[in-house]
Amino acid sequence: MPVYGFTLNGTDVTVDAPEDLPLLWALRDKLGVTGPKYGCGIDVCKACTSLLDGEAVRPCSVKVSTAEGREVTTIEGLADGDTLHPVQEAWLEQDVPQCGYCQPGQIMAAVDLLKRTSSPTDEDIRAIENVCRCGTYFRIRQAIESAAQKMG
Amino acid sequence: MGRRRFLTYLLGVPALAVATHITYDSLAGEPAAAALPSPPSVEEMFDIGEALVVASAPTMPLVTLEIGEDGVARMELPRIEMGQGITTSVAMLIAEELDLPLERVVVTCADARPELLLNQMTAGSSTLRAFYDPVRVLAATARARMLAAAAAQWGLPVSVLTTSGGTVTADDGRSAGFGALSAAAADPGLDVGEVVPKPEADHRLIGTPVPRVDGRDIVTGAKKFTMDLDVPGALPTMVRRAPTWNGEFVSLANRADIEAMPGVVAVTTISSGVAVAAETFEQARAAVCEVDASFTPGPVPHEDNESIMEKLRATSLPFLAPPIGAVTVESTYEWPAAAHAFLETECAVADVRPDGAEIWSGFQAPIVAQQKIAVELGLPQESVTAHVVPCGGGFGRRVFFDTALEAALISQQVGHPIKLMWHRADDMRHGRCRPASVQRFRATIVAGEVATLEQRVTGVSTDFRHGLGEIFSATATSLPEGAQQALVNDAFGQAVFLTFVSSPYHFGVYDKKLLELPLGIPTSSYRSVPNQPARGSEEMFVDEVAERLGVDPVEFRHSTLRSERTRAVLDAVVEAGDWGRRMPEGCAQGIGVHVESRSHTAALIELDCRDPRNPQVTRAVMAVDVGRVINPLGLEAQMQGGLAEAISLTLKAGLHVVDGLPLEGSYSQYHFARQKDFPDDLEIIIMPPAGDPMGGAGEVGMAAPTGAIANAYTRATGIRPHTFPINHPVDFDPVPPGLLPPPAFPEG
Repeated sequence: MPVYGFTLNGTDVTVDAPEDLPLLWALRDKLGVTGPKYGCGIDVCKACTSLLDGEAVRPCSVKVSTAEGREVTTIEGLADGDTLHPVQEAWLEQDVPQCGYCQPGQIMAAVDLLKRTSSPTDEDIRAIENVCRCGTYFRIRQAIESAAQKMG
Repeated sequence: MGRRRFLTYLLGVPALAVATHITYDSLAGEPAAAALPSPPSVEEMFDIGEALVVASAPTMPLVTLEIGEDGVARMELPRIEMGQGITTSVAMLIAEELDLPLERVVVTCADARPELLLNQMTAGSSTLRAFYDPVRVLAATARARMLAAAAAQWGLPVSVLTTSGGTVTADDGRSAGFGALSAAAADPGLDVGEVVPKPEADHRLIGTPVPRVDGRDIVTGAKKFTMDLDVPGALPTMVRRAPTWNGEFVSLANRADIEAMPGVVAVTTISSGVAVAAETFEQARAAVCEVDASFTPGPVPHEDNESIMEKLRATSLPFLAPPIGAVTVESTYEWPAAAHAFLETECAVADVRPDGAEIWSGFQAPIVAQQKIAVELGLPQESVTAHVVPCGGGFGRRVFFDTALEAALISQQVGHPIKLMWHRADDMRHGRCRPASVQRFRATIVAGEVATLEQRVTGVSTDFRHGLGEIFSATATSLPEGAQQALVNDAFGQAVFLTFVSSPYHFGVYDKKLLELPLGIPTSSYRSVPNQPARGSEEMFVDEVAERLGVDPVEFRHSTLRSERTRAVLDAVVEAGDWGRRMPEGCAQGIGVHVESRSHTAALIELDCRDPRNPQVTRAVMAVDVGRVINPLGLEAQMQGGLAEAISLTLKAGLHVVDGLPLEGSYSQYHFARQKDFPDDLEIIIMPPAGDPMGGAGEVGMAAPTGAIANAYTRATGIRPHTFPINHPVDFDPVPPGLLPPPAFPEG
């Protein structure tokens, strides 16, 4: 099997995997990084949302070969040591999570949005497709708006 | 476990009044002047939560609290955290009574403990109703022992000692932490006087907004769900399932081909299909798709939504009151099957060895799971450990343990630990669904008042063969063995219906009946079980009756509600939501109220129907009175969750069954609400406590907004919906039955 190398949350890693193995399973089954969650496998629920070279992707539908030589950031790599990212802080302040399963993806989607715009509009937030089965959408919205202010 | 733990108590429950106080408070409310009073229902005398509290009480003494030398209080709670926030609320109770900072309280989910009998099932919005008193007494006892230990060490009376921040302090300035005192405090000879939990007036934490205790783990990705556990060597495993509901495996034509596929480690067969264990889940998925297997057709290979509905309509029980022309109002509301659709698909880890087994899964009822898995494995029950892992949503389906049983059998057969995960497509199609139902109503109006109101619920049978969570009651509900149409299951269903569903109105002669039709469809309870469709529909019917009477729906409810508490939540949303305000053409308000599990709720919804194919909830005001509030942040979250359910089930989320299998196989097809569907104008009013007994919270938020959304739709469009969800097209290409869709790589 081919070996692919990339930077994962600041550390160089290699993984021995078929070329078309979804990055999600390279992370979860081969590298033991479990923050990105499986929810659909077809880029629909967005629960695995992570960053590839700083942009949001869904690792369930990105080939591991695509990550070769690039930077992968999962929820585990978002904080700076014990210092949480402002979006994570906002998530805690608004007490967003219920079951918590979709929240790593929700947070990474919010991080990506706030990278693209420092003052997201209602429409920007409504365009986030990540499914939350518990129904935390209102608090997600509040947290994004609060994080935007912190980061602005 | 390197940490030494000294203080471990058994709770002195016999002295506790933890058994239910059967409440008649709702019966006492004076009948409204303009309504013909209705006699109390079964639910008002004894509700499902009280039944579960009673079932839990005898074994409460076996629930323990520990305080270690590190000064941390630990409780293994015999319930599962599914997102409803019980670990936070129970930690608050402990912290309050112990005067301990919340961060020094750790509440985890206990493994299956069969000795707890009926006290380890998470259902019926009952966890805090069952644990509020016992946990406070337990923690108060621990605090009393800390005081007694310090008093003995220092030769001082307890009266000069206080506790604060996990420390005992004497009036002379001496102090000692709980950790240092834990060994002495555990001395059985210690003289501890009478233990009384703090009066509620002294509560400083209970009743205040407290963020989730697992919040930081969640936002950093550290929280471990079942598939995140590091069980050494556990192989990713998937199952090729039948093309129809409950089809059973017959034969596999290409075992050698599957075994030769990349990454495949083992192939085996179980009654539900062909299991493939591989190095990665994607390799298991790819292999499963190549399986050439045959299955029995299952019990319903030719059913579809319409044929199921036709059966339900045809068997609906008759009304008693004769239809008498203009004074009779009748209506029918039909609800198709729905998917629980929790984000974390069905999954379990199993490590079965010749002499014992360990199973990890999100069990709502772990005891019966452990017991039945042991039977199936041919192992002594005590050699099987069922670990309860906090799950990514349960919503009722995780009272069953089909997946854990599958995982155990697969692990036993392949002789290797495995982690079994269902693909999303299988989870939506083969996961037990909420059964379809038809809700029929007839009211007769005499002299401008409702003289009779009858409701006939006809549903596909809800499977209750988990019983009350352990094997004896589960066995009772599954007799005769293998028969779906077990009389006892139907009786259990009737008991759940009678203790869970009650109408909040005075409508004269009130008669509700349930008839369940066993078709062999895999079903399970769904959050609020009968309530969301049954009471949500009744809220629509109440609007229809009000319309016939020419009365404003709020006024009509106000004059016919039985309880002042329900009237109060109605008033709260009417005022905060500005009921009757002018709305643009195509937009309207709708109202609904609901009483369940001793809690009262109301919802005012504003709906924009200007795009009739995509009605939008633009504003929601909800009020809730749960009697006693532990954590208002958690309660508010549960109401938000109830609203998300109501928006989804009423407007756009349902299953289309075709040839014995749902078409829906993912969230792009099953339209559970997303961010764009949820209102950004939302107010949740928590009524101040007025000394009423604690009600449930987890399921009570669904029915009122369900009625309010449909009522708003009618007022906006002039169309009264009778089939749900209101917009339910097949707007997708279904994945062929049995197959699992490949990753959606952008390059194909």
